Amino acid sequence: MKTPDPRPTAVNTPLTDTPRRRAILKQLRSHPTVKGSVIALVLLLATVLLAPFLAPQDPYNLAVLDLMDGRLSPGSASMNGFRFWLGTDSQGRDMLSAILYGLRISLTVGLSAVALATVIGSLVGLMAAYAGGLIDTLLMRLVDFILGFPTILVALVLLAMLGRGVDKVVIAIVVVQWAHYARIMRSRALQERRKEYIEAALNLGFPAWRIMLRHLLPNCLGPVMVFATIQIANAIVLEATLSFLGVGVPITEPSLGLLIANGFQYLLSGDYWISMFPGLALLLLILSINVIADRLRSALDPRST
Amino acid sequence: MQSLFVLLAVSVVVFFAVYAVGDPIELLVSPEASVADRQVMIQRLGLDLPVWLQYTGFLGRALHGDLGTSFVHGIPAIELIVQRIPATLELVFVAISLTILIGIPLGLIAGLKSDKPTGRGLMAGSVLGFSLPSFWQGMVLILMFAVWLHWLPAAGRGDTVTVLGVPLSLLTASGWSHVILPAINLSLANIALVLRLTATGVVDAKTQEYVKFARAKGLRPQRILTRHILRNILIPVVTVIGMEFGSLIAYSTITETVFAWPGMGKLLIDSIYQLDRPVVVAYVMLVTFIFVMINMLVDMLYAALDPRVQLQESE
Repeated sequence: MKTPDPRPTAVNTPLTDTPRRRAILKQLRSHPTVKGSVIALVLLLATVLLAPFLAPQDPYNLAVLDLMDGRLSPGSASMNGFRFWLGTDSQGRDMLSAILYGLRISLTVGLSAVALATVIGSLVGLMAAYAGGLIDTLLMRLVDFILGFPTILVALVLLAMLGRGVDKVVIAIVVVQWAHYARIMRSRALQERRKEYIEAALNLGFPAWRIMLRHLLPNCLGPVMVFATIQIANAIVLEATLSFLGVGVPITEPSLGLLIANGFQYLLSGDYWISMFPGLALLLLILSINVIADRLRSALDPRST
Repeated sequence: MQSLFVLLAVSVVVFFAVYAVGDPIELLVSPEASVADRQVMIQRLGLDLPVWLQYTGFLGRALHGDLGTSFVHGIPAIELIVQRIPATLELVFVAISLTILIGIPLGLIAGLKSDKPTGRGLMAGSVLGFSLPSFWQGMVLILMFAVWLHWLPAAGRGDTVTVLGVPLSLLTASGWSHVILPAINLSLANIALVLRLTATGVVDAKTQEYVKFARAKGLRPQRILTRHILRNILIPVVTVIGMEFGSLIAYSTITETVFAWPGMGKLLIDSIYQLDRPVVVAYVMLVTFIFVMINMLVDMLYAALDPRVQLQESE
């Protein structure tokens, strides 16, 4: 019979599984609204990924659309017995299918814009903090300059000059968002720069890019990522707003914002479903992201217990 | 000095965006113009000159208030915008009043009852206020109050009364009924913002020494709230409201489009649709100017409210 080893055994925990991280996750799990939001978000993501299989109709296949089915109220059926649970738009398009495809475009634009803005902004902030001096001053002046204006105005004027298009909307969102990341990254990197491990890396003669990307960046990423989760919701709203105003995505790729805009003209005659259901989908998406981001922020905030 | 620099920087950006990218004649002369007209325009705008001379010319004309003439309306762009300013300002003022009158009291309640369901509910509701996309929320308001309940009109500005040459709709009943929905629409996100800001301020202040001391002195809770807590938390709130004044002018673009409110924002959107570039340029320059002014005013107000803040850095 083996006696238990009296020596303390090293528990094989992964490096990422720190007590702090466990506490954060525990705090996140204990909140019912967060749980609901996560479920809602996962469901939305699933429908977005599976849209072609879940959608009752291909909303962009003109062959299946019938103008006779135009502006049917929710729950009504077409001539051939096809039921439109959320009604149809003026072209007889099933709103449920249109929403599922619209969510795809909204999410794609939002996620890619935030990803690009995070990368660009982080690199600029890192560079400013590492280089210091004149470069720092110039870059931060630029950041102040852009952040001095409301996002909607900058994006609107930019798109007025660039024209419509998915890529152009992404560019506009990146232009208005990158500066936030640059500012957060810079202030974080300035704190980290003074620490010994950077000094050690400098003394080892590593090139500047290596110190920035391999040493400084991973240690500054936390606050930037938390901010990015909030910005996903902002990017989606911005895209929807721009599309609603008619300067966003083209008609061939209707996001939720454009669907809402299309329904606006029928609102006054009482055909609420064309604009209200896409809006509810948008609201659910944004709300769940916001709740998760809000909780994440307060869980990561060392002052809150 | 810095504000002048900002204006200059914007003028450079706008200049290069409109004049230097692509063929400026295509952008600045309406497509219907004859060849002779185009020639005249090229001469008049000095497009045969080197770029830096073109820019100084643009700047010079801009300083004289000449930012081009609208293709669509045939009158100076700046005049067109100035005509629309009262409508937008009216909307923004009602929205800010709503923000203060609703946001601060609700924030105080949420802060004082932060452990009770009322406080939690208000804080949760404010997340909803942030999350509602402004334009869609405006449509919900129209659907509820105009289409279903028939209480309020859905679009336009209603009757106006001209005071000192400025048409105002706040003096007529019809004007008020028209302004209320757009103003709610414009202020909702800010109400949520001010609510949260006030609430967190109160929660922080509750445990501070000066509040404990005031309570120990035996002051009435009401007096502690209004004289001690409110005074201290008002500084960030006023700053935010001041800064939001500028954003409200920008965000009124959305509200004005939804409610067909004839302000500057609607003009901007219409001009973008009609490719009326001079109006877009003039709008950007004017709004930048307003922004710079607001930032200066907020700084001054800040200093007036908090004597610890000094505008000049000590030498």
